Amino acid sequence: MFKYIVKRLLLSIIILLGVSIIIYTLTRLMPADYVDQTFSSKVQSGAMSMEDLQRYKELLGIGDNSFTGIMKGYFGWLGRLLQGDLGRSFKYQKPVAEVIASQMWYSFGIAIVATILQFAIAIPLGITSATHQYSVRDYVTTVLTMIGIGLPSYFFGAIVIKVFAVDLGWLPSGGILSGGVTYADNFAGMMAQFGDMVWHLILPIVVTVLLSIGGLMRYTRTNTLEVLSADYIRTARAKGLSEKKVIYKHAFRNTLIPLATLLAGILPSLFGGMLITEQVFGIPGIGKYAYDALQFADIPFVMGYNMFLAILTVIGTLFSDIMYSIVDPRVKLK
Amino acid sequence: MKEEEKIIAPSADEGKNKDLAVTAETLEEPTEALKENATLTEEGRESVGERELGVAEETYKEMSPIRLVLRRFFRSKLSIVGIVMIAALIIFSVLGPVIFNRWGEETVDRGVYVSEDVNYYRQDDGNGGYVNVTEVVESEDGINRLADPSGDHWLGTDEKGMDVFVRLMYGGRISLLIGFIVVILETILGIIIGGLAGYFGGWVDNVLMRVVDVFNCIPTLPILFIASAAINSWGLTEDVNIYLLMVFITLFSWSGTARLVRGQILGLREQEYMTATEVMGYSPARRIFKHLIPNVMPQLIVSMTLGLGSVILYESTLSYLGIGVQPPKAAWGSMIALANRPEILNYHVNVWLPAGLLIVIAVLGFNFIGDGLRDAMDPKARK
Repeated sequence: MFKYIVKRLLLSIIILLGVSIIIYTLTRLMPADYVDQTFSSKVQSGAMSMEDLQRYKELLGIGDNSFTGIMKGYFGWLGRLLQGDLGRSFKYQKPVAEVIASQMWYSFGIAIVATILQFAIAIPLGITSATHQYSVRDYVTTVLTMIGIGLPSYFFGAIVIKVFAVDLGWLPSGGILSGGVTYADNFAGMMAQFGDMVWHLILPIVVTVLLSIGGLMRYTRTNTLEVLSADYIRTARAKGLSEKKVIYKHAFRNTLIPLATLLAGILPSLFGGMLITEQVFGIPGIGKYAYDALQFADIPFVMGYNMFLAILTVIGTLFSDIMYSIVDPRVKLK
Repeated sequence: MKEEEKIIAPSADEGKNKDLAVTAETLEEPTEALKENATLTEEGRESVGERELGVAEETYKEMSPIRLVLRRFFRSKLSIVGIVMIAALIIFSVLGPVIFNRWGEETVDRGVYVSEDVNYYRQDDGNGGYVNVTEVVESEDGINRLADPSGDHWLGTDEKGMDVFVRLMYGGRISLLIGFIVVILETILGIIIGGLAGYFGGWVDNVLMRVVDVFNCIPTLPILFIASAAINSWGLTEDVNIYLLMVFITLFSWSGTARLVRGQILGLREQEYMTATEVMGYSPARRIFKHLIPNVMPQLIVSMTLGLGSVILYESTLSYLGIGVQPPKAAWGSMIALANRPEILNYHVNVWLPAGLLIVIAVLGFNFIGDGLRDAMDPKARK
């Protein structure tokens, strides 16, 4: 087991190197880089010359866009990364790691609640729709959750904002705190602020949950169907156990085994933020920050963010493989 | 469930019932009958044997595997709904513009119209509260902007005075085209890489699968964002941009297919018929592409159908972000993006809502078909 983990971690380093090369090259190919965007007005008014601009780019290490220039930039970035420095974000004027660490928690807060709700709703739905296969209940849940898969988040977000925020006026349409309100600097004030935040996050969380139930519910349904046709379920029924006991005691636990593989995807989605949803609802989470940075060609931040996601994916995959061998002793890691 | 109980405790009576059911099945599905035969009681088997002598020639009808799959596929209501949805969508977007040719994709409805600009302000009223001010500015210009649905424009016009209904059709064309091309490309790439890795194993497998891992770890949406921003800056024509976009979507989504193919082939490689091909001295290329890949096809077709939905979602997301299909070309995603302007979101639902509904129909349709195919092709399925 230990040997396996070490081997996987070593492989992960090679994989992450490959990932970083691809992302860096593409990022450098992005148009309208930060310097051009920021100083275009100064260049037009003559306050800065093109040479100044070029010098500034050199200073940031993005002056030379030829192959060797990009390679040099990449190894510079890699070298600093190995010293634990992700670089300084152009747009936010702070170290990248600091920006990620400070904005991550908004995204994490939404994601953790959404993930728990998602599991709490999707697994029972999946099981009932499997035990009542081809019934009205099965068809209704299948169709509704599949609609959730097909709905683009920005479109569903627009509908929800229109209906609940604009037409009905029940909930705020975006942002994280009400504008123009100050909170007292004591416990009551903090609680009020927290309540306001929760109030603002209801819509984004609902959207996230409704859109992600579908995949998990389908997955549970398929697993449960497979388990229900296994021999030991037939044995349990033959013993004369009640249907309830057969399903919840014998089948249910085994339907959870393949769910361990889902852990691989959960880690990035917990910490990585949601580019689109956060942007639609104006939540200052990591996803929105990344989106703004992408538009700004903020190379250090884009690199930092993408590598953060890639690392989470690698760890998540490893974690899910280990979990799988724990919950299912038949699986041997080698 | 009931069937299983019968198998557990077959009484003499039930044996006969089953027998009858089996002969009814033999009319159409010989393989099913053979399978059922195995579970029959001895007397049941005898009677089938007797009857087969006489009736076999008349009742036996050979069915190809494809027809069997199709029969099972059409038994599910959801797959039929899916087929109808996708067929309607294809007709709508491919034939629609031919029949409904009053407005073109980029035709601006010119004429003298009064257009309304609605502005919102929020002002301090001096007492700590706010007053919402709505300002309606009417102006006359030569373009019929943001018209409401009418006989002229079934779904009204957008902010540039282009017909929404017609643009939905053109948007559908581009979405479906991108979907089909990307899925075909990624399947080809996946078959080649996954096939080589699975067949040869060893270091080939190791190297290729690490490449797959690399592509699997790259966050898709941010990287597509970066790639399409780069494409748009190269100053190429719109059509070339769209083709390059397809290439990039393919490049960052083929890894799943490759994994699927490899996994399947690892299992198939050990089967006896593959040893037979080895004995017969076939070349590796022939063994991979003629004997292994066709056996992976069922799973591949399912994953292709399901993949169509997700590619359409990716494309529309990129268009929504303004970096996919570029205006004035129509795309569902960029039509929904108009809802970012509050007055369109609130007062011109006809501009953005239909595009979103079409995306849902497309993804839902492909998912229904994919699910139906999976059930139909599953050899373990009883029905």
